[in-house]
Amino acid sequence: MLDFPGAKAAFTSRMEFISPNAAEAVPCFRILDDLGRALDGSDIPEIDSSLAVKMYHTMVRLQTFDSIFYEAQRQGRISFYLTNIGEEALNVASAAALTKDDVVFPQYREHGVLMWRGFTLDEFANQCFSNEDGHGKGRQMPIHYGSEKLNYFTISSPIATQLPHAVGAAYGLKMDRKNACAVTYFGDGGSSEGDFHAACNFAAVLEAPVLFVCRNNGYAISTPACEQYKGKHAIQLLAGRGYGMTSIRVDGNDALAVFKAVSAARKLAVEQSKPVLIEAMTYRVGHHSTSDDSTKYRSGEEIAHWRSVRDPVLRFRRWLESNAWWSVEDEKELRGAARKEVISAMNQAEKKNKPPLSELFTDVYDTLPRNLLEQEATLRDTVSKNPPSLAPH
Amino acid sequence: MFPGIVRSSSRHLPCRRSLMTVRDALNSAIDEEMAADPKVFVMGEEVGEYQGAYKVTKGLLQKYGPDRVLDTPITEAGFTGIGVGAAFQGLKPIVEFMTFNFAMQAIDHIINSAAKTYYMSGGQIAVPIVFRGPNGAAAGVGAQHSQCFAAWYGSCPGLKVVTPYSAEDARGLLKAAIRDPDPVVFLENELLYGENFPVSSQVRDPNFTLPIGKAKVEREGTDVTITAFSKMVGFALKAADELAKDGIKAEVINLRSIRPLDRETINASVRKTYRLVAVEEGWPQHGVCAEVCASVQEETFDYLDAPIERISGADIPMPYAANLERLALPQIEDIVRAAKRACYRSK
Repeated sequence: MLDFPGAKAAFTSRMEFISPNAAEAVPCFRILDDLGRALDGSDIPEIDSSLAVKMYHTMVRLQTFDSIFYEAQRQGRISFYLTNIGEEALNVASAAALTKDDVVFPQYREHGVLMWRGFTLDEFANQCFSNEDGHGKGRQMPIHYGSEKLNYFTISSPIATQLPHAVGAAYGLKMDRKNACAVTYFGDGGSSEGDFHAACNFAAVLEAPVLFVCRNNGYAISTPACEQYKGKHAIQLLAGRGYGMTSIRVDGNDALAVFKAVSAARKLAVEQSKPVLIEAMTYRVGHHSTSDDSTKYRSGEEIAHWRSVRDPVLRFRRWLESNAWWSVEDEKELRGAARKEVISAMNQAEKKNKPPLSELFTDVYDTLPRNLLEQEATLRDTVSKNPPSLAPH
Repeated sequence: MFPGIVRSSSRHLPCRRSLMTVRDALNSAIDEEMAADPKVFVMGEEVGEYQGAYKVTKGLLQKYGPDRVLDTPITEAGFTGIGVGAAFQGLKPIVEFMTFNFAMQAIDHIINSAAKTYYMSGGQIAVPIVFRGPNGAAAGVGAQHSQCFAAWYGSCPGLKVVTPYSAEDARGLLKAAIRDPDPVVFLENELLYGENFPVSSQVRDPNFTLPIGKAKVEREGTDVTITAFSKMVGFALKAADELAKDGIKAEVINLRSIRPLDRETINASVRKTYRLVAVEEGWPQHGVCAEVCASVQEETFDYLDAPIERISGADIPMPYAANLERLALPQIEDIVRAAKRACYRSK
């Protein structure tokens, strides 16, 4: 054995370069087949009917909210929106496997995680319409949700910055000996960022209890995964064996597999204070956002296929039905109720006032500094002396 | 008159000035420079297949192929570093940032790798690179998509920093930037991409360039000087129209270049009008206007008849709600009021 500080390894007298395509692709864990039937030899996780039905309710509510608010943007009622279509199972099942003390660091396509934790439809709608009741005080673009109470860090736009943040937070949880971990989500595109590499490396070195959940949905705006990285293992082997982390690849459209994998990963992270990577394979059915038209770079047939035949919500529903936990009547009732609730939340949020001028200068610093007090006074003076076009509402 | 045949007398007049959008001005400038010099290439997120996040690079991949129009993975730090390395090696990269807000992830490469290298290498390693993309506030995009970086880059020796306003500015300054052996930060504005401006046949010429470091007097006047750059030039011109109704003739200067700053043109104007309003969209402290004020105070103090007025964005991260955003940015009325104050027409 040679024992350089950099590595302990056996020596060899044969010079052999390692091909990047040497090994087989990392296999993908699933429990249900595409039609929602448990595969032979599967070990179904312990989920009772009430948990399963609650998960399904949340997926449907998320799907309904996405479709109505996407349309609202098209109609000019809000300026921007971004959907989770195709990733409902991944969102909700992963959230259901966590506890409320686990701290979530999202990218931006994880509204289902927040919805599972209890963010109400009104709260979602208020933020999108940036009205005076919005938690963000009118400071952020739509879908940039956050909740201190629900341990869900406020969404910030730059890609992958949340990854090192999550590691730092996990380290803090470890120092405080909390029975909790940090959980951070990112897309296949985000794995190209420098922050991803720094975060993975540091999580392993610091032995931080953090789950890295990669939503590998195939696209980063128009860039397909095959152009984002080379090598069939990339995210897996890199973050996993490359940086020294335990890892798994899972079918992100299989709610049961996601639930089981995240539950096990969480246990490992919290009990052994280790980072774990979960690469969840899925498909981004919707456009990147309302600023994108994905038909420009992928075929309508491809989108339609994943939207219908490979819909993760339908797949989970079939499993519920096979257990006699769900019926056609239940479906009709839920879809109708969800639609009504979302539309009501939207209409209420739209009618509310915009945030007042008093919130323009707060929260820049802990206490309002003198220059901002002066600016506010000058602004109020200007507003009072000038036509209503400058009035805050 | 037969139905369907429209007679228009304007069709028979010689058309020396036609319209061009800022987007087309930028696209044609890059296209022509790529055709003229095989070392010029484009890189950035979505620049190729997607035709550009704002369509500025439309058609270039189809025309020049993937070796010269590179779609990059998402890593500003990564591709900026790679671009600078290519420039060290003698290529002429045009690096697009989807917005300069995202360039903060790459700012180490822009400053430490690009701006300072020629100096640190004793003149041996040049960095003929252009960093371009939208800068400043758009509409309803919140704090992390709205920052103006003119003052930050403008304070850095080793960089040239330009801020086009019109289609003529966009064409002339981008061609000059691509041909320039120094690293150039080219700050565009998303809201100006679709705006049409009249351009002459001279501007359409493939060899048309504008000098970096020269401001343009967009409108002559005698009573007060208003300096502005990028989108604020349009606001300043509208403010000048308003002021004219009250008999105040404002001279509007389009800075065009933040570094080098055209101090001669600014000071010559104040020596004529004796009053100055400096306008920018970005934050007030250490802003571009602070430098304009310092320059005029130093060189033209004896001519000033009134304290210099500064109009800038509010000293806060940009809020999203439309009403709050409007309050946080300079409006035409703010410029008009400042000019009147400088002219002692109001408090």
